[in-house]
Amino acid sequence: MDGSRSFQLTLRVERLAIARGTRTLFSDLSFDAAPGAFVALRGPNGVGKTSLLRALAGFLRPLSGRIAFAGADEPALALHLLGHRDGLKASLDARAHVRYWAGLLGGEPSAIEPALARVGLSAVADLPARVLSQGQGRRLSLARLLVAPRALWLLDEPSASLDAAGKALLASMIDEHCGQGGVVIAAAHEEFARAPTQTIVLA
Amino acid sequence: MLDALANPQRFMAFSAWATPALALLAALLFAVGIPWALVYSPADYLQGDSARIMYVHVPAAWWALMIYGFMGVASLIGLVWRHALADVAARAAAPIGATFAGLCLVTGSIWGAPTWGTWWEWDGRLTSMLVLFITYLGYLALWSAIEDEAKAARLAAILCLVGVINLPIVHFSVTWWSTLHQPASVFRPGGSAIDPSMLAPLLIMAGAYAALFGALLLANMRAAIYQRRVEAAMTRRARSA
Amino acid sequence: MSAVASVFKRELALAWRTGGPAAPVGFFLGATTLLPLAMGTDRALLQSAGPPLIWVTAALAALMTLERLFQADLEDGSLDQLLLGAAPMELIVLAKGAALWLAVGLPLAIAGAPAAIALQTPLAAVPAIVASLALGMAAFIGVGLIGAAVTAGVRRGGVLIALIVLPFFAPAIIFGAAVAGHGGFGAAFLMLAGCALGAVALGPVAAAAALRLQAE
Repeated sequence: MDGSRSFQLTLRVERLAIARGTRTLFSDLSFDAAPGAFVALRGPNGVGKTSLLRALAGFLRPLSGRIAFAGADEPALALHLLGHRDGLKASLDARAHVRYWAGLLGGEPSAIEPALARVGLSAVADLPARVLSQGQGRRLSLARLLVAPRALWLLDEPSASLDAAGKALLASMIDEHCGQGGVVIAAAHEEFARAPTQTIVLA
Repeated sequence: MLDALANPQRFMAFSAWATPALALLAALLFAVGIPWALVYSPADYLQGDSARIMYVHVPAAWWALMIYGFMGVASLIGLVWRHALADVAARAAAPIGATFAGLCLVTGSIWGAPTWGTWWEWDGRLTSMLVLFITYLGYLALWSAIEDEAKAARLAAILCLVGVINLPIVHFSVTWWSTLHQPASVFRPGGSAIDPSMLAPLLIMAGAYAALFGALLLANMRAAIYQRRVEAAMTRRARSA
Repeated sequence: MSAVASVFKRELALAWRTGGPAAPVGFFLGATTLLPLAMGTDRALLQSAGPPLIWVTAALAALMTLERLFQADLEDGSLDQLLLGAAPMELIVLAKGAALWLAVGLPLAIAGAPAAIALQTPLAAVPAIVASLALGMAAFIGVGLIGAAVTAGVRRGGVLIALIVLPFFAPAIIFGAAVAGHGGFGAAFLMLAGCALGAVALGPVAAAAALRLQAE
């Protein structure tokens, strides 16, 4: 991995209100995330963690408030979203997935093998996604974060279906990314192996 | 014998020698049959040399039908007795039957064109064969569309059996329909008496088609079994990684 | 490799793995077989009814393939990544449509040749029919992208897509059937080409807008 990279993105959220349908999930949410921040989102099911992440990703228009990105011309090109679903196609092999993500998201072809190795899937890179376990599928989508360098990581329940080794991998990836000046915002029910720099509780 | 072949290992051992043997037999029969059909048998008194295509067309038609019957039997055995390789056999036979049906249609078109004046005429028998061809396509499409192989096998078996019932109904309807539109069928053999000098090469070609079907069927089945093994191996590799 | 090229390549690979043109072409050939059974074998009658039938069944076959175009991506989370891709969504959608045309549209156009022959079309007219079908499938896919995008989340959206998109198919069907009937490479053919160009230029724009809404 290129350790000399340094990201410059700062995220500022001001008085954000989000609704799904007619139901206002939350209003008046404000926080900042400077380079190196690891923000944990907490709260019960249905409180709006996923909606907040999707609003930050630009998919969901907020009811009111502002989301500002400093240091990125095109926010959509400066962020990764790891959703509930892994985005895998059953008949394509793991390496093909990573190669596709590199092409689609602006990564270098030279980053494909290192990404696969980092998530521990080099041995199964030629196997079609349908024979991979849930945990392996999740790891494969983690490889997407590595193959195309983007400053902001929006992670929705990233450690779901990961075993202990997988969770340790996730923690070290977050570590590295924050160390390079990246920003990680992750929603989860459980504790992360690495301590967040700030926690936002949605209720 | 069927029981003996239910074991994939034994089937693989059997087909390892049977496939090349049948392929060789097919090659020999074609080597005898094709020259006999195309050169040495008598020309038809009405249609001349163009009728020689009958020797390709008629066996293809017979076998397209018989292969579908074979698939029906295999489907039934697979459904009722859960014979391990019956489903594999049905699926392996389908592309061969479809190709024979397609060959029958194309040769029928070539054969009839001089007589009809166009490249296709809606003759009763050819139309039935066209419906059979599409039935084959639907069967193959169903297999490809369902992910779970065991489920696909059973669903395809049901489809095949229903198709077996449908085919005589279609043939009857189409023949009745064609008598409305065409007084006489273009194709004589199979329905009327065939001169013995034409019968022998016809039977040899039919035998060649049979051997070809056998060889291709076994080859397809072997490929399907290998495919299963590959899938299992891939799953094992993923688990152990 | 650029983002658009990556999407295009992947769509072709996926189409190949899932049977490619087999089902739509099989349907097309089967449906064109049914007409003579219904109408009888009067050559003149088939010659006049053949071209319209070919075009209607081609349109229906196009609808069949459009149904799943975005639905799978919405369900498995791939749509999010397309929206975050390093290329405008309009171009990415265009790439998906282009791949579909190559994998299904073009083979279906080629299958138009035996279908036309079976329906008693004179051999000389067949090349124009195949070419017009190729253009027609491009037109169908272009506007069909919109229908597929707006119905992506709908369970059993097949009939809904048909309803939405058939009015947009009408110009292509009109001009295409005219080419097949007697037009050759004449005025009707040019109008059809215009339909195809318009559909290809505008369809992805509307579809991209709809997909952004789907991602909410």
